[in-house]
Amino acid sequence: MSQTSTAPMVEAQRVSKKVTSPEGELLILDDVSLKVDAGDAIAIVGASGSGKSTLLGLLAGLDAPTGGRVFLDGIELTTLDEDGRARLRAGRVGFVFQSFQLLQSLTALENVMLPMELIGEGSARTAATDILQRVGLGKRLHHYPNQLSGGEQQRCAIARAFASYPKMLFADEPTGNLDQTTGARIAELLFALNSERATTLVLVTHDRAISEHCHRLVELEAGRLNRAA
Amino acid sequence: MINTLIFSLRSLRRDWRSGELRILAIAVVIAVASMTAVGFFTDRARQAMGQQAGELLAADLVLTSSNPIGSDRIAYARASTLQTAQTLNFRSVVIADDKMQLVEVKAVSAAYPLRGSLRVASKPFASDGVTSLTPGRGEVWVNPDLLQKLRVHVDDIINLGEAEFLVRKVLTYEPDRGGELFNIAPRVMMNIEDVPATRLLQPGSRARHRLLVAGTDDRVQAYRTWLTSRLNPDERLVTLEDGRPALRAALERAQRFLGLASLVSVFLAGVAMAMAARRYTQRHLDTSAIMRCLGASQRTIIKIFTWEMFWIGLAASLIGCLIGYVAQTGLAWILAGLVATELPLPSLRPALVGLPLGLAVLMGFALPPLLALKDVPPTRVLHRQATTPVPRNLATYALAFFTMTGLMLWHARDVQLLAYVLGGAVGTVVVLGMTAYLLVKLLNGLRGRVGVAWRFGFANISRRAHVSAAQIVAFGLGIMVLLLLSLVRGDLLEGWRKTLPPEAPNHFLINIQPDQAQALRDFFVAHDTAAPGIYPMVRARLVAINGKRVEPKDFDDLRAQRFAQREFNLSWAAQLRADNRVVSGRWWSANEHGQRLMSFEQELAATLRIKLGDVLTFDIAGSKLDTAVTNLRTVDWDTFNVNFFTILPPGVLNDYPATYVTSVYLSREGRRILTPMLEQFPNVTVIDVDALLGKVRQIMERVSLAVEYVFIFTLLAGLAVLYAAMQATQDERRYEMAVLRTLGAHRGQLLRGLVAEFVTLGLLAGALAGVAASIIGYALAEFVFHFGYRLNLWVWLAGTACGAVGIGIAGTLGTRSVLRQPPAKTLREV
Repeated sequence: MSQTSTAPMVEAQRVSKKVTSPEGELLILDDVSLKVDAGDAIAIVGASGSGKSTLLGLLAGLDAPTGGRVFLDGIELTTLDEDGRARLRAGRVGFVFQSFQLLQSLTALENVMLPMELIGEGSARTAATDILQRVGLGKRLHHYPNQLSGGEQQRCAIARAFASYPKMLFADEPTGNLDQTTGARIAELLFALNSERATTLVLVTHDRAISEHCHRLVELEAGRLNRAA
Repeated sequence: MINTLIFSLRSLRRDWRSGELRILAIAVVIAVASMTAVGFFTDRARQAMGQQAGELLAADLVLTSSNPIGSDRIAYARASTLQTAQTLNFRSVVIADDKMQLVEVKAVSAAYPLRGSLRVASKPFASDGVTSLTPGRGEVWVNPDLLQKLRVHVDDIINLGEAEFLVRKVLTYEPDRGGELFNIAPRVMMNIEDVPATRLLQPGSRARHRLLVAGTDDRVQAYRTWLTSRLNPDERLVTLEDGRPALRAALERAQRFLGLASLVSVFLAGVAMAMAARRYTQRHLDTSAIMRCLGASQRTIIKIFTWEMFWIGLAASLIGCLIGYVAQTGLAWILAGLVATELPLPSLRPALVGLPLGLAVLMGFALPPLLALKDVPPTRVLHRQATTPVPRNLATYALAFFTMTGLMLWHARDVQLLAYVLGGAVGTVVVLGMTAYLLVKLLNGLRGRVGVAWRFGFANISRRAHVSAAQIVAFGLGIMVLLLLSLVRGDLLEGWRKTLPPEAPNHFLINIQPDQAQALRDFFVAHDTAAPGIYPMVRARLVAINGKRVEPKDFDDLRAQRFAQREFNLSWAAQLRADNRVVSGRWWSANEHGQRLMSFEQELAATLRIKLGDVLTFDIAGSKLDTAVTNLRTVDWDTFNVNFFTILPPGVLNDYPATYVTSVYLSREGRRILTPMLEQFPNVTVIDVDALLGKVRQIMERVSLAVEYVFIFTLLAGLAVLYAAMQATQDERRYEMAVLRTLGAHRGQLLRGLVAEFVTLGLLAGALAGVAASIIGYALAEFVFHFGYRLNLWVWLAGTACGAVGIGIAGTLGTRSVLRQPPAKTLREV
């Protein structure tokens, strides 16, 4: 495994993904190549079913491609097994999801502490409290997800994503479940934190307004990269 | 490592708060409590035995014999500067005014007991104290219950044989009686010098003579060595190591069976654990996926959940041990009358065993479903439908099966017994399970014919057919065992009693001297009682079979070992009696009288491996007698007539000391003739069979109460299964209720649906339990006890009613909360 400072933060080389469905083999991604440099913010856009989330999953190492190679922080993901990829993600990668993915049995504070606890970060509580205050949930620390509004839940998820100062953030339709006004506020918060902490961002969205905030935009159409902007 | 530990503890705290681990913890508590309750109780009993090893003998070494102890043995002991004492035990009848009572007489010399002390009181139930004295000449010390039974007081006079005695003290404790499991008759202790005056002991009378010896270890050992080479066939040495083999065996058996009974609860609790763990797994799929996303490895996930299980198992096992400790006092209280000893406090050992066992059961049942969590794909966070691992059924069952088999083997300590129990248990569960499943399916067909509430209830049962069948089996087992122990046991006893002839003999008369036989027969005729058959018997010890010396160690079978040690009663008869049947060989003819032939009871012959044609050598009061087995016979013991294992032709035993024995039926009024009879024949001992049967019945009742007590844990474990099942379906139910309410169903209708569901489940479980209990009762009567069994409708009714009411209430209460939540909230959450 080699790592150089000039290497892109994320790189996909001729990546494809096939799945077997009852109707036969389905090609979800076809020969996709992509580079994201450190500190860059890139938006992946496309219609429903175009393979955006699948590409995000492959770039983050949540899944393995059926063809091609993926590098994250200079390390080739495709040579690692699932546990190896998990170790690579730990503390290095943050996520924000459309459906928030907060653990219902944990309070806001505990949800944010979780990734830090997993890597044995000693000051998890302080760091989590700080960032929750930063996202405006200082008075909601001990609330459970079902006691928070949609916008608040996504704020909490953003706090969780940034809490451990990850190098890389993957966001999957972060405003998809929110109304326009709330969505705009959330996007603002996301990009503010992203630039504050100089995180590399890969964002999947179908909201053109949000994608405008990114440095670059790529479009997927039926599993193929359409154009790079 | 530290991280995982801390993380697992935090995770435990959160999961506990959300209530998901409660049923798991409760199931562990029940399993451990049921195992340790039995463990603590048997530990107390074992400690009591250990502490009293010396006291149990009242000496360091005891020589016991059916004949008076030879003076050379006493002289040698004294010459070896050992302390000695003598006791003589026999059964007799005490008379006071017109009342009489069978008693166990113990005549003692002044030095008795050499180890431990007697305790006496001045009157019944007064506080007692240690005494170093023994009964003086002309006085007796007696157990308090004898005074009650005879309605006499301290300082009254009672008759024993031909002598009168002053009741001087109430005997509350004697060291070498403490471990006797079944004390049938009260004790009368007297001075050994007074025995001849009673004229109770005649040649051939049943009595046990003991020489007690105590001293320093080396002297006792030397004496033991000297004596061992000189032992007569009727003599036996009892050492501290021997303790009380009968008590030890009884205790071991009790431990085994109570232990196995407790395993039924462990098994059901395990089922509850597995169900709860499955739900826990389902609810933690997202947690796992997110943790995987955030970089947790599969190992970390396994470690976190295993540690979490470990903590919950540890805490719940500790609580289980505490509850087991409290519960054993109940068990000790139920069995108090059977072990005539104060039990010491239990040690911590059962808890030390209970803790790892609780953990093992939890891991065995709960870990396999939990292991599925490590296989959750992290992409689940992006696509909910991403392949979700299903808890591995096969692995679950295999690990649980091995855990249970290991536990059972540990309790049963006998592979054959284990095979029977395991086979029986698996068979019962499979049959019950299949029947339950079938019933659940049949229920589906009834949906169209009932109202909306019942239809909803039926639909719920049929849709979750597997879970419903598991619940029916869990409750069916619990109810079945309780029915067997309560109603069916009573039916079996009643059925057996009905097979006895109405006027079956209820009194045995033993120790009749040869010259009294005719007089006794005349006495009965004179008192309008049918003259009973009076049979001779000569006490003898079986010393060799076909010239090979008989040693208890040659037999594996406990009963065979006992018979190889104890004395036989040889009788003689010219004719084969009506309740006997020759099954091989032939009965002797008149011209064979006087020949050394033998008729042997078939079952005992098989136990001792004796065959037709074998030559048996008996030792009768020091002289040897060879006899050839010419026939094997079955005996109908249920007639309660006097019967013998060994019978010879007339004319062989004429020269040996014989006593006679008979049995008679005496009605309540007819018993009055016993007083004049005993006045005329004071040496005759009367054994009241009714009283013996009463005592046996009492013992059976106590023992089955103890087993029932252990099975309370089974019902609790059944409830845990019910709650685990309810919890597993909680989300689904909440959703259904919300939908039904939005469609306009009111609370009452929904509640009726729940009641219908659980009442039906209980009804099915109870009915199945009733049928199963009846079948087992029938099989026991037909194939084990060999008498007709009448089906008792009560068993079915009681089972069905208990099931319907009990489970109906428990189930409705447990799920009622789903009605409380506003439907809008539920639908928003789902």
